Amino acid sequence: MGKLKNSMRKITKKNLMTYICLAIGFVIIQSCSAGGLLTFQIKGLLVPVCIYIICAVALNLVVGISGELSLGHAGFLCLGAYGAAIFSKITNGLIPDPIRFLLALIIGAAVGALFGFLIGIPVLRLNGDYLAIVTLAFCQIIQNLLNVFYIGVDKHGLHVAMQDPTKLELEEGGQVIVKGAQGITGTPKDANFIIGIILVFITLFIVLNLIDSRTGRAIMAIRDNRIAAESIGIDVTKHKLLAFTISAGLVGMAGALYSHNLATLTVAKFDYNTSILILVFVVLGGIGNIRGSIIATVILYVLPELLRGLQTYRMLIYAIVLIVIMLFSWAPGAIAFRQRIMERLKNRGKGVQ
Amino acid sequence: MAMLEVKHLSVSFGGLKAVDDFNMTIEGGELYGLIGPNGAGKTTIFNLLTGVYKPTEGSIFLDGKNITGMKTTAINKAGIARTFQNIRLFRQLSVLDNVKAGLHNRYAYSTLSGIFRTGRYREMEKAMDEEAMRLLKVFDLDSYAEYQADNLPYGQQRELEIARALATRPKLLLLDEPAAGMNPNETKALMETIRFVRDEFHMTILLIEHDMKLVSGICEKLTVLNFGHVLTAGLTEEVLNDPEVVKAYLGEE
Repeated sequence: MGKLKNSMRKITKKNLMTYICLAIGFVIIQSCSAGGLLTFQIKGLLVPVCIYIICAVALNLVVGISGELSLGHAGFLCLGAYGAAIFSKITNGLIPDPIRFLLALIIGAAVGALFGFLIGIPVLRLNGDYLAIVTLAFCQIIQNLLNVFYIGVDKHGLHVAMQDPTKLELEEGGQVIVKGAQGITGTPKDANFIIGIILVFITLFIVLNLIDSRTGRAIMAIRDNRIAAESIGIDVTKHKLLAFTISAGLVGMAGALYSHNLATLTVAKFDYNTSILILVFVVLGGIGNIRGSIIATVILYVLPELLRGLQTYRMLIYAIVLIVIMLFSWAPGAIAFRQRIMERLKNRGKGVQ
Repeated sequence: MAMLEVKHLSVSFGGLKAVDDFNMTIEGGELYGLIGPNGAGKTTIFNLLTGVYKPTEGSIFLDGKNITGMKTTAINKAGIARTFQNIRLFRQLSVLDNVKAGLHNRYAYSTLSGIFRTGRYREMEKAMDEEAMRLLKVFDLDSYAEYQADNLPYGQQRELEIARALATRPKLLLLDEPAAGMNPNETKALMETIRFVRDEFHMTILLIEHDMKLVSGICEKLTVLNFGHVLTAGLTEEVLNDPEVVKAYLGEE
């Protein structure tokens, strides 16, 4: 049993390391920012990086832990962003700002989770790649619907219309909140880097603790062998649905952060490419490797932005970095090399003691 | 009351009748063997008993309860656990976690308890660790607890499957060719383990096996299956000396 306790600590230790690395990263960036070392351009990237880290970690729960492929996480991001923004626009000035933003985050998460749940019910009963197909279609449908979606508010309450804003029939003094393809403008800018980092920590806390629990074990058992999992009494649909709903909820929360960070919110941003971008972060960071997702997101999101000055060479360098990261996280030689380095670091640590 | 009672069980795949009018009664605590040539339908019967296939006709009673047509998950909760002919472990999980997955329904706590690390989480996880280690010890696997299941040698992967099935504390344990791919020494050790499991856990065991030494060594009763039909059933010694059985296995003179 002594050996066992040791390894229990190993998992906790590994998770703790992830938290600590993230906290150190936060402190460094925060002090650079206070010291005026960060350009305006980099400051603008801080909240989006947090948003994409949450998305990548949440998607890794589906792809890496649950073993299903989702190509529509941009759709949940979009719905969370819209839900939270609409709420904030309506209640702006009625509720104190911090409480309103907190509620907006919760609403974003709830909207994401609700749609994840509704899609998951029929699809996750099936075996195979159906989830990838359905989520892909879902993302497209959401985009097309929201493109022609209008919401207005006046003293009679909410008005909803499709296609034509005049059909809202608002009374005088009414306000159009969602303007079809033009999206939502003027959402209060509540998001900042500190809140972003707090949400990243919350996401990590939920995902890492879930993985290292009875539920997470069941989810991974289903991923490894569905028939065997059923044979020992694990409910397959329930656990897959749980993983997918939690993932969609976390992405919805990230969406709320998104819509409270920008002055304009349009659906055009939440297309297929965004879903694939998040998937690239997950795959290159290592499928099932949560810490890897964070590192890959930071490198692959910030790099192209920093390289903007190089213009045409930008995508060339981006491609090379993609290949290098892929080799580093997947090639057998690189894995052995990494382990050797880790061993050496550990031994050195012992020598110092 | 019999532990397992199978009455007039049949299943067809398209035009092929894979199992036809299969009957079998196993009393509590028996070590029962299901034998027959390749393609006789033995594994199909396991799949019918565990709800992987739905029978076209007939009924299955476990300890007096009708489990015909129930889902695999529900059948396991009712008290049947199994191993597989082609090993199906949770390959990326540790040896310990494979057994702990088997304890899933016996040490329950909610997902929220797991996320927020409540007292119940710690209490249940500790109990699971202890019970899983006890089970691993039965198979001398306790020193491999932290290995990834994939990295175990073949024979020990089979034993781990049995440990995982036992973790659900079934009334009836189905073993599908437990000795396949084992050398004579390993088979001998396995025989002792199976007998030990039956006595220690007061388990009823039904096994499919080709190794006649193992079958005649530990099974008290046998049912012989040929082309989906029951050829004969009864005490091991009588069945193995039955000229019909010899004919099915070795062909006519």
